[in-house]
Amino acid sequence: MIFILIGFSILVAGAFLIAFLWSARSGQYDDDYTPSVRMLFDDTPKVSSLEEDVITK
Amino acid sequence: MDSNPGIKVTGKFIAERFGYLDDPATIAKLVQFSSPTQTNVVFHLPQIHCSSCIFLLENLHRIDGGIIKSQTNFQKKEVFVAFNPAQITLRKVVELLAFIGYEPAISLSDLKKHTPAAYNRGQLYKLGIAGFCFANIMMLSFPEYFSGGHIEEAGLRATFSWINLGLSLPVLFYSASGIFSAAWKGLRQRYLNIDAPIALAIIVTFARSYYEIISGRGPGFLDSGTGITFFLLVGRWFQNKTYESFSFDRDYTSYFPLGVTVIKNGIETNIPVTGLKKNDRIILRNEEMIPADAILIRGNGQIDYSFVSGENTPVQKKEGDLVYAGGKQIGSLLELEIVHEASQSYITQLWNNEIFSGAKNAEKSFIHPWSRYFTAVLFSIAAASVAYWWKYDTSKIFPSLTAVLIVACPCSLLLSATFTYGNMLRLFGKNKLYLKNAGVIESIAAIDTIVLDKTGTLTHNRASVVQYEGTPLTDKELVAVKQVTRQSSHPLSKMVAASLAEHDSSVLVKDLREYAGKGVEGTVHNLHIKVGSSQFINESDIPVVSYDTGTHVHVMVNEVPMGRFTVNNQYREGLPQLAERIQKQKESLYVLSGDNDAEKGTLKALFNNKIQLRFKQSPQQKLDFIKELQDQNKNVLMLGDGLNDAGALRQSNVGIAVSDNTSQFSPACDAILDGANVHLLDRFISFARSGKQIVTASFILSIAYNVVGLSFAVRGILSPLVAAILMPASSISIVLLVTALSSLSARHKHL
Repeated sequence: MIFILIGFSILVAGAFLIAFLWSARSGQYDDDYTPSVRMLFDDTPKVSSLEEDVITK
Repeated sequence: MDSNPGIKVTGKFIAERFGYLDDPATIAKLVQFSSPTQTNVVFHLPQIHCSSCIFLLENLHRIDGGIIKSQTNFQKKEVFVAFNPAQITLRKVVELLAFIGYEPAISLSDLKKHTPAAYNRGQLYKLGIAGFCFANIMMLSFPEYFSGGHIEEAGLRATFSWINLGLSLPVLFYSASGIFSAAWKGLRQRYLNIDAPIALAIIVTFARSYYEIISGRGPGFLDSGTGITFFLLVGRWFQNKTYESFSFDRDYTSYFPLGVTVIKNGIETNIPVTGLKKNDRIILRNEEMIPADAILIRGNGQIDYSFVSGENTPVQKKEGDLVYAGGKQIGSLLELEIVHEASQSYITQLWNNEIFSGAKNAEKSFIHPWSRYFTAVLFSIAAASVAYWWKYDTSKIFPSLTAVLIVACPCSLLLSATFTYGNMLRLFGKNKLYLKNAGVIESIAAIDTIVLDKTGTLTHNRASVVQYEGTPLTDKELVAVKQVTRQSSHPLSKMVAASLAEHDSSVLVKDLREYAGKGVEGTVHNLHIKVGSSQFINESDIPVVSYDTGTHVHVMVNEVPMGRFTVNNQYREGLPQLAERIQKQKESLYVLSGDNDAEKGTLKALFNNKIQLRFKQSPQQKLDFIKELQDQNKNVLMLGDGLNDAGALRQSNVGIAVSDNTSQFSPACDAILDGANVHLLDRFISFARSGKQIVTASFILSIAYNVVGLSFAVRGILSPLVAAILMPASSISIVLLVTALSSLSARHKHL
């Protein structure tokens, strides 16, 4: 039983690690100021899915 | 929608100068990605300064339908633009940005593709993985510690150990790779830097732990080993948080225009400057920079060389005269014939000087000699304990030797330096002194000679110092005043001219007469303009209100006194006090100027005669002067601004570029200082010196921890629990101590 729980705990922690790596990879840590201002603007620019792919490449 | 919130639209807008952006080769070098329906490009916009800027720049798609998306990075002062090349060209995008007041800074050096923030992200990955592995290994080690090493359930202990072993592998092979490669680099150059003993400690820690786990003898020291790596990476990340929007390594290519208008058989075409050849004929418009040494063919040259030589007054050039690259034309259109290619021109020769090849400020930190003593002492302790156990109990040789190497890791030395300097970089930045890296702090601390440039460093930038008071002038009158003052050779008139908005410069001045030291008069259309000192105005027998004399320029239109321009004290505030404090700190002070010695008296008075002055210095002479001082074993700090100081900034031990607008271009340097804080120079120096004391103090603390750890280690009884307590305790207390001390010191120095 305890072995399964240990496995789970590491899996959960690993999920958080992957989330962190993913967020770093997608550039969320590149700029930690502008998004905080951008969210205050009334409407966001229209971006279609195709262009989003290219932008986050 | 307001078309220009938060920024002033500059009056001049000359679309032709973006012509080079139609050149396919230039486009290909600038854009990041291109397809028939979408082009991505990143522009550097030094003007970004407020949230309104972000709003405007992210709504470009509403101004022009061809723009798909624009996204701002405030800290890097960059904007990412995706546009549809079928609807709008790159040139049009740049023109749009320039029109709304955000002209992108595109320079020759941008054409060499720059790499994105891949390095920073790599550091984040390493840090994240090390943190994850450290935390989990720590957690899985707790049962071992709390049970006192007697876990009852069968197989559980081995399971924990093996999971820890698995978790430690990415730390050893990925996260710590930077430490190993730095150590290896040092060793290959036969230089023992601080990374070498750290790398050794990490290798020994992991090797002994793997041996213990595989042979089933114990849990090893993996939590300490991964913890050390994690803390080291945190320190490095903290120290490397640099100023991304600044560029410290600019050379002449950053200053030169990208494109140039070439005229061939009467047809004007835009080509990149790099394509410019000898005997090409080019067109130079108002405010454009001469890209290469050339002969003036047609037009009236008023060349402003302030950027190159520091000389404030524009130089008059006639047809047939040679004009040098780096000068700016002020006034009418010129036609030039190139005599040297851009890379061979006079100003670029400076960069062929050997000081521009090779890196500056190579690692010579005082922590490296420390780490060498540390390593020597460490090895003698290890040898002594081996010798001791050889005699009494050979089974303890291996545990005591490895324990000594594990516990005496000099990482606390490294941590104290990285966190002290990291925090100091932040505090310097708060006071608008932006250092290139932490090594510069130590260089500043060693300074004993200060060399200042005059123009732009001790004096304000021209644009901000002129104010007008009196009867408001109409646009026509302003144009006339500008045209008349522009023709004068007096510095005050020049400053008035420079402060007035740019306009069509084809307006002619008639009956221009200059009275040396008094003023200038002339007629533009039907306006008779008289500009000068109050005596000059009074002498014409017109009763005027008693104006002050001195730094005022009085204006009379059609014999009616209108008011006066006040030229604020050109020199920055707090300079006499600064000179006094520097004198107390016993540094010698020099001022170099590319200008003539007209200001000699003012400067002497300003610095209470405690200063040595040199005038009419060419860029090369400035550089040679610094070298001369260094040959006398002086550590020189140079404060300069323009391209003319670039060589001296590079040659000096610490080169600080002064800028009134830190987002502007500044020459290659070790640090960028906001002009408003020049008077804090002495405080910066003494703060840098306190940094060394703080690091030394924390070294002593870390040695105390090492003594405790070693007392366990040499007896061969270092348990993983002791190591697991000692390691984070020492690291965290040192980090807290140095952060608190450096912040306290900054407050004490009024920074």
